[in-house]
Amino acid sequence: MTLAQPSHDDTIVEHVPTPLLDVVGLSKSFPVRRGVLRRVVANVRAVDGVDLKIAPGETLGLVGESGSGKSTTGRLVLRLIEPDRGIVRLAGTDITALDRNALRAARADMQMIFQDPLASLDPSATILDSVAEPLSVHLHMSGAARTERVLDLLEQVGLTSRHLYRLPAELSGGQRQRVSIARALALNPKVLVLDEPVSALDVSTQAQVVNLLSDLQREHGMSYLFIAHDLAVVRRVSQHIAVMYLGRIVESGPAEVIYTNPRHPYTQALLSATPIPNPVLQRERTRIILRGEVPSPADPPPGCHFHTRCPYVMEVCRVVNPPRTETPDGSSVVCHLHVSSASSSAAVENTARD
Amino acid sequence: MTPGSDPSPATRLMDSRQPVILAVEHLSVAVDSPDGPLGLIDDVSFDIRQGETLGLVGESGSGKTVTSLAVIGLLPRNVRTVGGAVRVGDTDLVGMPERAMRRVRGRDIAMVFQEPLSSLNPAFTIGNQIAEMVRAHEPVSRRGARARAVEMLDLAGIPQPQKRFHDYPHTFSGGMRQRAMIAMALTCHPKLLIADEPTTALDVTIQAQILELLRSLQREFGTAMLFVTHDLGVVADICDRVCVMYAGQVVEQSNVETLFAQPCHPYTDGLLRSVPQGASSTSRLATIPGVVPPADQMPAGCRFAPRCDFAVAACSAAAPQLESSASGGLARCCRQHELHLRGAQ
Amino acid sequence: MTAISLTRSHRVRAVRLRRIARQFCSHRLALVALIFLVGLALVAVLADVLAPFDPRHQDYDVLNKGPSVHHWLGTDSLGRDMLSRLIHGARVSLLSSVGAIALTLVIAVPLAIWSGYAGGLVDMVVMRITDALQVIPPLVLALAIVGVLGPSVRNIVIALSIIFAPSFIRLVRGEVLAVREATYIEASRSIGSSPFYIVRRRVLHNIASPLIVQTSVTLGFALLAEAGLSFIGLGVQPPNPSWGNMLSTSYASIFTAPAQIYIPGSAIALTVFAFNLVGDGLRDVLGVSSASISRHSL
Repeated sequence: MTLAQPSHDDTIVEHVPTPLLDVVGLSKSFPVRRGVLRRVVANVRAVDGVDLKIAPGETLGLVGESGSGKSTTGRLVLRLIEPDRGIVRLAGTDITALDRNALRAARADMQMIFQDPLASLDPSATILDSVAEPLSVHLHMSGAARTERVLDLLEQVGLTSRHLYRLPAELSGGQRQRVSIARALALNPKVLVLDEPVSALDVSTQAQVVNLLSDLQREHGMSYLFIAHDLAVVRRVSQHIAVMYLGRIVESGPAEVIYTNPRHPYTQALLSATPIPNPVLQRERTRIILRGEVPSPADPPPGCHFHTRCPYVMEVCRVVNPPRTETPDGSSVVCHLHVSSASSSAAVENTARD
Repeated sequence: MTPGSDPSPATRLMDSRQPVILAVEHLSVAVDSPDGPLGLIDDVSFDIRQGETLGLVGESGSGKTVTSLAVIGLLPRNVRTVGGAVRVGDTDLVGMPERAMRRVRGRDIAMVFQEPLSSLNPAFTIGNQIAEMVRAHEPVSRRGARARAVEMLDLAGIPQPQKRFHDYPHTFSGGMRQRAMIAMALTCHPKLLIADEPTTALDVTIQAQILELLRSLQREFGTAMLFVTHDLGVVADICDRVCVMYAGQVVEQSNVETLFAQPCHPYTDGLLRSVPQGASSTSRLATIPGVVPPADQMPAGCRFAPRCDFAVAACSAAAPQLESSASGGLARCCRQHELHLRGAQ
Repeated sequence: MTAISLTRSHRVRAVRLRRIARQFCSHRLALVALIFLVGLALVAVLADVLAPFDPRHQDYDVLNKGPSVHHWLGTDSLGRDMLSRLIHGARVSLLSSVGAIALTLVIAVPLAIWSGYAGGLVDMVVMRITDALQVIPPLVLALAIVGVLGPSVRNIVIALSIIFAPSFIRLVRGEVLAVREATYIEASRSIGSSPFYIVRRRVLHNIASPLIVQTSVTLGFALLAEAGLSFIGLGVQPPNPSWGNMLSTSYASIFTAPAQIYIPGSAIALTVFAFNLVGDGLRDVLGVSSASISRHSL
């Protein structure tokens, strides 16, 4: 597998058999407007050339901190925000090329779970009403049949008929998130994008919901794009992981490889910063404490975005965008430290592209 | 910049000859409700020695934040301390008039909150707020206060402190704001710093920086710390001793290594096992079934019994008391000596 | 099992409404005000039956008389029964104010929802029109409209509807803007629901509360405005009574027979007060913050 050309197509790292979700070159910038005339003064490059592949029935964990663009990526994949560039293929269909009506119909196959369980539900609508929405909109179900199906979905997520007529404010955080999951399952989607689905929940509730998500995935064979900042949770649920920093994927690969042998300095720092709930181990670890703050996405550093905080920064990092390199254990990393000679020409072309 | 890795602090040896800075004794707090006072925390006791960090751990509804607010006297208007004492030195802070409490706050006890943006006054510069704090407690000139403020900002790791003295809170990033809050809190070298989930809203790499900052400042000033959190990883990182709270009560108290290695209360055990440890993706997380009971529906007897794997009839019959545990701490469980809990091992 | 579930949903909704009603009733002042308004409405509807005399009938034997057995509230300077004029005036006043607000709700509110949800060009056009309408002082604008169209109840309703539209448009648009950014709206979009579905099923019931309170309070203002217009002769024309023109005909006798001013004046004041009290009660019960209402009032 060579990197003789600027990578876009087949040089994605994982040897993933016919991916269910295939994302190539996804990019999105948000203009910053100032002044009375609303002139564009800067562009926030929230997502900058992201490639992802998810196999059927598998989970890709997308990890990053604030400003990494991971939440925006999730929304771009579903076209809740329109991408500037890039192609998203779901089971062969090019989602990005669909017109508005076809897109709405295609949404039955791809659903989203949001971070804030309370905000994701209409506060004035009963649980029945919220969960029934996809059934009404896509399948035009109504009446008794629809209520039966809603009950069936609620039971799958561990709720009962007692919850049918409650309002979201009357449920706990964990229950609300279950309702969102039931709603997302209604049309048997092929892929679920989960945007920090357990971050707003207590630790013991997190465990319940994570288990539920795993069970449902096994049962229905869905693929998950699991977006999170908590590496420990992501490792639990994902077969593959991609790490994002300032709009770009800096490292990706099988979950175990990323955890046991992280190559990118940012991934190493991220793993080091995540505290282990074991005081003896935690206090004996070598820590990598990054200096400085995350640069503003409106004004990303030239060359490698991470160079301003990288403990291993070299001259080339400040100028040239690093190429993607594959490693023997199946991961890929975007870093000058790991560049092999064959890919240095690709590096030059990558910089020219910018 | 050379490949950096800070030397990790060795587990602090507990010097029990260090004086006790804060002693909370049988503290109970209730909120006014249409049906009368509702208990929020019940019979909470712990003490903190100089230089030590006590972690107050619990999930939402555990009462940990209420406890920390009660200590510093910042309970909301309809919430009151209804029993117990909070002793700093020889003085009991419970029932102290507000004017006297204002002298205590900042000088003896300071607090850092979770959301610095809502705790810092947006209409004043950071430097102004810190200097005001100094002048409220010490007879220092304006210039002197300013110099102190700049010095604290520098100690807190804020680059270009003289320049940033004149900046407003909204121009700081989340991590910087938290540093400014910590600088402000420690300006008058209080004996006790209460940190209420100071890193929960921060990215994990920034959290690591802030925890390191807290540790280094604590070493420098010898400040004791009451660290409120729900994150067991952070507890393992920074706390010397831990108090686990559930439904308004302390259910276990122990030093940090023992808590994780040999928990004595089923709730602690359940918490430890439900934290994702990094095992493979095929094994399920252990869970604690059920939810925390709301304040007005507290079960009689043991409050954790309805969710406990080890509950027997005696558990719901009588409310258990805090007793010495096998690990040398305290636990509120009538079966603690029969159970052999192993936590996450 | 599902048959039971279906009836349960209606029962649950009824329980919620009952709870709101009960809370409202605990605001005694608001409850009294509501009863008063309902009573007034009944009086207005049954005016022909309830009024003892024809309000236009002039009896020269009883000019400017005080209360008596035949004329409970006395007579005016042309011998007309005050009580009957008051009753018929109620009909006119209520009709104008309710009609004006109803017209606003039917036309301005859907426009505002469209403007707020769709944004873009539609929003810009609607907001500029609203701005233009608000530039002119409202009563002057009403005068102009009625002046051009001619004085009549229908034209008053049109004029009032136009001058109160901007505050409703701003309120509704503001609420829609806030709701539009909510995560549950994004969730509906991710489900693939059409904008019509989203507005109908997810937006409307979440903007209802402030709208209800605003309506109740503005009814009071509308009544006041109608009285003002009738007072200066641009409303209902004499001899047909309205509370406003009763004030203007009684003005001449202000020193000799002040009751003739007090009676319609008190009626106006009490009714406006009642509308405001009901509005306050609704605001408390529905949990609407006063900020979102007062910001948009005239």
